[in-house]
Amino acid sequence: MHLFKEVSTLIRKDMILEWRSKYALNGILLYVVSTVFVCYQAFKSVDPTTWNVLFWIIMLFASVNAINKSFLQESPNRQLYYYAIAGPRAIILSKIVYNVLLMLLLSAIAFTVYSVIFGMPAGDLLLYLIAVALGGTSFASVFTMISGISAKAGNNSTLMAILSFPIIIPLLIVLINLSENALNGLSWSVSYPELLVLAAINVITVTISLSLFPYLWRD
Amino acid sequence: MKHYWWKILAVLLLLYGLVAGLLGSVPALPIVHETIRNVYYHVPMWFTMFTLYFISVIFSIKYLSSSNPHHDLVAVESVNVGVVFCAFGLLTGMIWANFTWGAPWPNDPKLNGSAIATLMYLAYLVLRNALEEEQKRAKISAVYNIFAFPIMIVLMYILPKTTDSLHPGAGGNSGFGQFDLDGSMKAVLYPTAVGWILMGVWLMTLRYRIRKFEYENNIVSE
Repeated sequence: MHLFKEVSTLIRKDMILEWRSKYALNGILLYVVSTVFVCYQAFKSVDPTTWNVLFWIIMLFASVNAINKSFLQESPNRQLYYYAIAGPRAIILSKIVYNVLLMLLLSAIAFTVYSVIFGMPAGDLLLYLIAVALGGTSFASVFTMISGISAKAGNNSTLMAILSFPIIIPLLIVLINLSENALNGLSWSVSYPELLVLAAINVITVTISLSLFPYLWRD
Repeated sequence: MKHYWWKILAVLLLLYGLVAGLLGSVPALPIVHETIRNVYYHVPMWFTMFTLYFISVIFSIKYLSSSNPHHDLVAVESVNVGVVFCAFGLLTGMIWANFTWGAPWPNDPKLNGSAIATLMYLAYLVLRNALEEEQKRAKISAVYNIFAFPIMIVLMYILPKTTDSLHPGAGGNSGFGQFDLDGSMKAVLYPTAVGWILMGVWLMTLRYRIRKFEYENNIVSE
């Protein structure tokens, strides 16, 4: 109960901070919309496979940009204050939950903009939306921990890319397969292995993040 | 003799693998023909890499709970040697693929998975170089190492099984085990694999001991 209270307070703090400045949200929104528009100008029309891959690449870079900020925006002094009032588990859990919420919002907006501009060739819309939601969640859970690591290593954004891209590639491959199935309107039973692998990766990353972050933050 | 019996065993096993691998009988199969003997080299490379990465993860976990710098040295040297075995695994695989599949690097999930897993461990080494402070470097890279290990398993051993793959033992293909009816290949493969694993661990301990001397030298001179 104690942990739950800490986590919910920290999430509320993150939301209020974000709502006051609207810096990350607006920046990411502008990024998504302009990338989609640039792609539209370049491609004009695309076949479903390219449509799918392009969407996930846009999502990948948008989420790296969005989540990279999660530890960057906190000054060292403020971090020290958090660690004095809350446990490290509460901090990483609140960051993960906040980033999941942010990514869900972001992917909803990105998907809407993308399908309005590019058209929507999906055969099974519900499964595609599930894939998008799962994708946002998985990006958030993996990138939060990596951004914590790279923040400790001196907030180097090159390091963030080097560390996170190999780790995110398996997720991306599974996501692209899953959403390809959704595009083709295949039966859900075809996609069960992908859904299972995605769920497993999420559970593993969140567990490892929870057990490793206490070691990471302590200097 | 008590301490280094396993090193002699490693050399003997590898000698046995070299001779028996070339002279032993193999099943006559289309397409692969005599290149099937590459299995004695290709497969043990990956076994050894996996063993070394596993040792590395164990010592990373031990480092986090003990903060003993020697544990960190074992972890990094295991990855250093493991990356070399991984490179040889890719290389033997590419030579083999060139003969059997017609190209050294067909677009195959098993191959791409191993390449990406290699990138992950190279990223681990880059991360170490990016950090100056010793304790911080040890701690952060231990965290990343533990984080990367399960993803490596997903990439190399789980994902290729769920999709179509040319590689034996993945994507519904059978391994070589079912063609080896009289067990003559297993009799060579498993001892050779044990030999390579021991050799890999030996190389790791050598590098670890050099690093330990350097480390202690630095402490004394400071």
